[in-house]
Amino acid sequence: MASVGSPDSSEFEVVVQLKPEVLDPEARAIQETLARIGYDGVRSVQVSKRYILTVDDKSGQGAALVESVAREFLANPVSETFQVRKL
Amino acid sequence: MKRITATGVPRIGLIEFPGSNCDRDCADAFWRHFGIKLQPVWHTERVLPNLDAVLLPGGFSYGDYLRSGALAAHSPIMAAVKSFVASGGPALGICNGFQVLTESHLLPGALLRNQGRKFICKAVDLMAGSGESVYCRSLASRRLRVPIAHGEGRYHIDNDGLQRLRDNGQVAFRYVDQNGAATADANPNGALDNIAGIVSENGRVLGLMPHPERATDLLIGGSADGLAILESFLTSFM
Repeated sequence: MASVGSPDSSEFEVVVQLKPEVLDPEARAIQETLARIGYDGVRSVQVSKRYILTVDDKSGQGAALVESVAREFLANPVSETFQVRKL
Repeated sequence: MKRITATGVPRIGLIEFPGSNCDRDCADAFWRHFGIKLQPVWHTERVLPNLDAVLLPGGFSYGDYLRSGALAAHSPIMAAVKSFVASGGPALGICNGFQVLTESHLLPGALLRNQGRKFICKAVDLMAGSGESVYCRSLASRRLRVPIAHGEGRYHIDNDGLQRLRDNGQVAFRYVDQNGAATADANPNGALDNIAGIVSENGRVLGLMPHPERATDLLIGGSADGLAILESFLTSFM
């Protein structure tokens, strides 16, 4: 599937989630509710945030830009990790 | 209460972000109890006026979008606030202000969503930690009753960071029970080590989740213990 936008731009996906050692009360709430309403077999739930960035990429600088945005802004390094993927 | 003479009135900047809503309570507390008029500074300013200290009030800056305090940390004024703190300037961050300080890396750690997932609005008991900061020294052994009102107040830091805080005496306040013990039951939000507030390494920046400006009058809330915290802040640079 062709990427959205012009040949000068690219789409990147950034996914941010809490570090495994950090308690996520929202994920726990979802998991507990699933068990309570009868969805057996759900062993764990992880909640993450997904950002789609369309960036200038004429000279291939898009990946570095997104990496920087993710590291310096979208994720808090104290409590979160992130992954970047070109779409 | 201490009244400051006109010649020695400290200049305290009150940083206001879109969504800050505890600025007025702070201004009221400092004016009524100390005779100090806080100087409002709008977040789009790039230069601070001549100040002795900076105060970041509570609220919901930027609607807590991205993370609480994360967008405010990048407001234009914060470059000037960082320089001010870097050159030894004193700062006090209350609730959302504490969140802005951690997101700005002026204080270590992060404030995460309350363990119980609920916004908690109630009075809690605090005790100062052991350390050399003005807060630890002047408020030692004293149980303070101060209200909290937050959904993201769970203090978190990695193990090395926590050890550093303890070694350096940077834990300013902990949530405690009636006996002054930092128990799990006394912890309203799951904060690591019951930490309610911390100071920077140089002791001049305090961030705390409870609202001392809401505990300045027995008529409202039944406690004036917040005044002791605000007074310690003033003492730290006067």
